[in-house]
Amino acid sequence: MVSKDRLNHQVTVNIMDISQLLYDLFFDYTLRTVALGAAIIGIVSGMLGSFAVLRKQSLLGDAISHAALPGIVLAFLITREREPVMLMLGALIAGWLATLFMLNITHTTRIKTDTALGLVLSVFFGLGLMLLTFTQRLPDATQAGLDKFLFGQAATLLQSDVITMGIIGVIALGLLAIFWKEFKLITFDPEYAASLGFPVRVLDVLLTTLLVIAIVIGLQTVGVVLMSAMIVAPAAAARQWTDRLNLMVILGGLFGALAGVGGTLISGSAERLPTGPVIVLCISVIVLFSMLFATNRGLIWNWIRSQQNRHKLRARAVLADLNTLAMQHLDEEHGHSIAVLRAMSPNPDGVSHALSQLMERGHAREVSRDVWALTDEGLVEASQNLENETE
Amino acid sequence: MSQAQFEIQLIASIVAVACALPGVFLVLRRMAMMSDAISHTVLLGIVIAFFITKSINSPLLFIGAALMGVITVSLVELLHRTQLVREDAAIGLVFPAIFSIAVILISRFAGDVHLDTDAVLLGELAFAPFNRLRLLGMDFGPEGLYTTGSVLLLNIIFIILLYKELKLATFDPALAAALGFAPAVIHYALMALVSLTAVGAFDAVGSVLVVAFMIAPPAAAYLLTNRLSRMLIYSALIGIVSAISGYWLAHLLDASIAGSMATMTGVSFLTTYLLAPERGLIAQARRRRGQRIEFALTMLTMHIAHHTATQEAEQENQVVRLNEHLKWSPQFAMEIVGVAERTGLVQQKEGLLMLTESGLKRSQQEFTM
Repeated sequence: MVSKDRLNHQVTVNIMDISQLLYDLFFDYTLRTVALGAAIIGIVSGMLGSFAVLRKQSLLGDAISHAALPGIVLAFLITREREPVMLMLGALIAGWLATLFMLNITHTTRIKTDTALGLVLSVFFGLGLMLLTFTQRLPDATQAGLDKFLFGQAATLLQSDVITMGIIGVIALGLLAIFWKEFKLITFDPEYAASLGFPVRVLDVLLTTLLVIAIVIGLQTVGVVLMSAMIVAPAAAARQWTDRLNLMVILGGLFGALAGVGGTLISGSAERLPTGPVIVLCISVIVLFSMLFATNRGLIWNWIRSQQNRHKLRARAVLADLNTLAMQHLDEEHGHSIAVLRAMSPNPDGVSHALSQLMERGHAREVSRDVWALTDEGLVEASQNLENETE
Repeated sequence: MSQAQFEIQLIASIVAVACALPGVFLVLRRMAMMSDAISHTVLLGIVIAFFITKSINSPLLFIGAALMGVITVSLVELLHRTQLVREDAAIGLVFPAIFSIAVILISRFAGDVHLDTDAVLLGELAFAPFNRLRLLGMDFGPEGLYTTGSVLLLNIIFIILLYKELKLATFDPALAAALGFAPAVIHYALMALVSLTAVGAFDAVGSVLVVAFMIAPPAAAYLLTNRLSRMLIYSALIGIVSAISGYWLAHLLDASIAGSMATMTGVSFLTTYLLAPERGLIAQARRRRGQRIEFALTMLTMHIAHHTATQEAEQENQVVRLNEHLKWSPQFAMEIVGVAERTGLVQQKEGLLMLTESGLKRSQQEFTM
């Protein structure tokens, strides 16, 4: 009895924890700010990431987020202020330069995209690191907190930061809505878009800029290293559920927001749980779940479907075997031993299961124990199958 | 130059070469981004091995890291093989997840031990000379020298022993498979080597910058040669130059050594990208210009030959008419005629252009082609 009491007690505590967490979500300033910020990041990166994933630019996000670091530090060095808008602008320019540089290398030399990505990523990041340490050793360094861009520190998000992120996010998504049709076209068929007279290069630049914006918004919270996951993962999860772009983009935003808020809550519920990594783990779980259980594309459904197909084909083969045997006997009622059928089948273990399936459909019947014969329906079905095959 | 400075540069050069050698194969096999993924995920291997041994210096850390590198590659391939995501997306999904687990483990359980994300990710070479290997009261030099040195040795042995196999599996995997070289085994061995190198270089340059040393020098070398053996040597040399110049840049700016070295690998690449004979941007521009002039010379001889000994020759074969008929700007026309005169294709007599013998030959040569 005592232990049960304790159990009950624990359960109440847990429920208290959860309700406390939900209470905090609405009334605790820090948690609410961070959750809201994470939700914005999730929505914007999930929606724009969908295009990146479809355009085979999954790792571009990784490169851009690393490459943004020198831009952030340089923006600080020039303005000497930690003004989020200026830092974001710096990140935007650096991310852009990195993308241009990468495209140039792959266009003008035989160096492939993966090498160009890795090159730009590591060199820009190294440059950023050099500038960062250089800045930190300057005498009038008021840059406390610049290095939080490395790993992200969600707890330091201010309401004003979130408002800035929200405004930039709305602008980015607004542009996405305005140019929806064009973006869709250059994503799936750029040659056709060009032949229709759309300015493909300009649109390409615009779409990549929006991607850079999505990354820059999240850097402060999730950090340079993990921001790439926020671009790829929500989109990859959304892709499993649908073949339609509009649905995929909406789902991507939804999954991103879900992971953002969920990750914030989980990391808020325990000591020393960094927010960025927890958010990334949340979105990874969503991806895993989607890959396994998504209707139509999910691995589990696929497996079930292939099993069903295999059974169907096996039953058909056994039916054909029975038919072959029946043709050698004048008496249609003549039964055939299961051992014979097993000997004829390439997969002897599956024969009895196939026979019971045939019986369910009324194509075969068990004359006596382990002796089987075709029914009239079975005969018709088998000869029909034979005709279809010979056609 | 003090002894400490010399030791730092020596370790950095060793790391540069150790990274550049497997990096060549990553670049050639189009797997450069795998080094980015591996250099992040080995952290989890290190953390788990650290929890088991409770020591930061155990060789088990290396084994854990190498295993995690191979696991990363297998997971990426597993995801890719489901055909639900593309390969690049698979990389982008796997490594942040594994890296996140490592970061969470570190911040939750190892917060007060010497194992923090900054050190592993960013590295600090400046401290390397202080961590010395002492045996029987004797000083055998910095420990980092021995870890990075053994990684380098391992890489060199691996590449020398399996040179033929690596070469074939890189350039013609189908043939390698047909000849029974088991490209998959070579692939995984290479990935394990990359993981080992990444963790060996951690102390010195940190994980993100391992990527710079693995990719930038081989990418630069790729623009300089078509031979695998030369590419390996050039990569190593470019890596060493970047490491040493990076050290002095850091010295000058009082900034992170690793960051400066990575910057210098970028500078090395950029220099090669601009200046490489044949494949550099400048060489490309010169070649294009040369081809343009050659083509224009042929056009000029054809134009003159076409009108020579006809009635309109007096009007057509003047320098000033070329911009109308060949759509050349006056400067370009002057330039081409100048070149043609200097190379003896064309002569000017009283403002009229006449073909020389070799000019006539050239115009006919092009006609018959």
